[in-house]
Amino acid sequence: MTRSAADDPLEAQIEQWRTYLRRRRAIHPVDVDELEDHLRGQIATFVDGGLSPDEAFLVAVKRMGAQDAIANEFAREHSERLWKQLVVAPEATNGTGSEARREMLVVFALAAAAALAVKVPALFGLRLDADAGFYARNVSLFVLPLLTGYFVWKRQVGPDTWRWLALAFAGAAVVANVFPFGKGSDTEALLALHLPIALWLVVGVAYAGGRWRDGAARMDFVRFSGELFIYYVLIALGGGVLTGFTAIIFQSIGIDIEPFFESWLLPCGALGAVLVASWLVEAKQSVIENMAPVLTRLFTPLFAATLLVFLATMAWSGRGIDIQREVLIAFDLLLVLVLGLLLYSVSARDPYTPRGAFDYLLVALVVSALVADGVALAAIASRITEFGSTPNRLAALGMNAVLLVNLAWSAWLYLRFLRGRGTFAPVERWQTAYLPVYGAWAAVVVLVFPVLFGYR
Amino acid sequence: MEIGKDLVAASATPLVLAIVAEGDTYGYAILKRVGELSGGRLQWTDGMLYPVLHRLERHGHIEGRWGTSENGRRRKYYRITEQGLAELAEQRKQWQTVDTALRNIWLAVSLPGGWTPAPTPIGG
Repeated sequence: MTRSAADDPLEAQIEQWRTYLRRRRAIHPVDVDELEDHLRGQIATFVDGGLSPDEAFLVAVKRMGAQDAIANEFAREHSERLWKQLVVAPEATNGTGSEARREMLVVFALAAAAALAVKVPALFGLRLDADAGFYARNVSLFVLPLLTGYFVWKRQVGPDTWRWLALAFAGAAVVANVFPFGKGSDTEALLALHLPIALWLVVGVAYAGGRWRDGAARMDFVRFSGELFIYYVLIALGGGVLTGFTAIIFQSIGIDIEPFFESWLLPCGALGAVLVASWLVEAKQSVIENMAPVLTRLFTPLFAATLLVFLATMAWSGRGIDIQREVLIAFDLLLVLVLGLLLYSVSARDPYTPRGAFDYLLVALVVSALVADGVALAAIASRITEFGSTPNRLAALGMNAVLLVNLAWSAWLYLRFLRGRGTFAPVERWQTAYLPVYGAWAAVVVLVFPVLFGYR
Repeated sequence: MEIGKDLVAASATPLVLAIVAEGDTYGYAILKRVGELSGGRLQWTDGMLYPVLHRLERHGHIEGRWGTSENGRRRKYYRITEQGLAELAEQRKQWQTVDTALRNIWLAVSLPGGWTPAPTPIGG
């Protein structure tokens, strides 16, 4: 459709009318085209009858009926449209079809590449069960470079940036494979845990497409990560159902699929799904309501209540925290969770809305988490020397410190906001500014710990 | 004279179906045809025609396809299907029954306005 809206007032009016109509969820773009054809027919008839184009437009629009009424009528006929549907491959009618299809092909090719990449080491005799250490260290390297490639392609990241990203992955691959770890050593497990965190931020640089210094782009990456997690869990659930079903029907004919499942379906599916889930998040961005903030809203009050009751019980009963080996990890996870709730509340909050009850709830959650963590740290500090400093304990303590600093300063900024001493923007800025710290700490664990502890 | 909303809605289906049965057509032409047939007395809100068309299309009574109008714009044309013809026959039977019943009762009551139609035997 070619129209010259600028030099024809009638075209401009029709375009404006289309814009209003297109905002209705029940009316699809093709319907707007159909209605526009009608409007033009009506206008032409009126103009032939002697009206000016302006008058003809007004009467024709009036005859078309109130947009609310039309939209209601469409909604009654197409009630399914009120459920936002994820159109993965849009019909060719709106012009962007081939573009979307090309992206789909690229993504499935990359997903297949990730699925095959994890099987390549098997050609060199590395087996999943016997060489579990190798696979644990390298798992993120099978998939994250491909995911980064997808964003480099999609955002058209220039070679000045992606050269550094490639270098980061190459460096990670070298580090993960040249350190002479002892079999089943702690530092190897720590590397396997922390390398994905560090590399995830490399993905983030590609995701932001060169704008990685920009707070808004970083916040988008945070949102993307949350949605990706939710999609990934959903795909994993679906995969679980598929696997269970396959196992049952093959069992009925006396074939055990477990070897196939363990060596092909699970590793290939788990890695390929990362790319598919990422693509779904990209495609649906504007289609479906983001889920992470919804879940945050739901669980923030519940977690806040749990923590407050926990603290109250501890204070009232006088019980101290029983220091077990895992207690520090448990409190690390608690802080991660609280940070997640805070982060996704912040990411979904309109900075201009005035403070409300939910903000107070969030601060209560953060403060009670800080208190609980403080109590745990105090209990551990008195006995840290007697436990000795193993790599695991040091890593857990470091993570705790990293999270504690973030939450403490967030609580401070949030309180300032609640007391009317500042805007909400600093809370958001602090979160996005802090993101590299996680990567830096993860990099320290990956690079320094093995050397420091002699690959134990 | 304004025709009630319910009556307009009820008569829309057979009317649209019959007009499409006359030959392939499109939205605005259907509305013009309705105007001609009723002498301009049956007035629809134009936008309401399309949900009706889409419903008929969903039920498989008519088929839509995108084509090009005489001035080169995209236009959606509709054509009746076999099933649509059967539906139209069924609708016609129902409406004739209603019509007959109404004609007969108009004869039996006297109304202001003075117009009386010719009697029609039931079932004829």
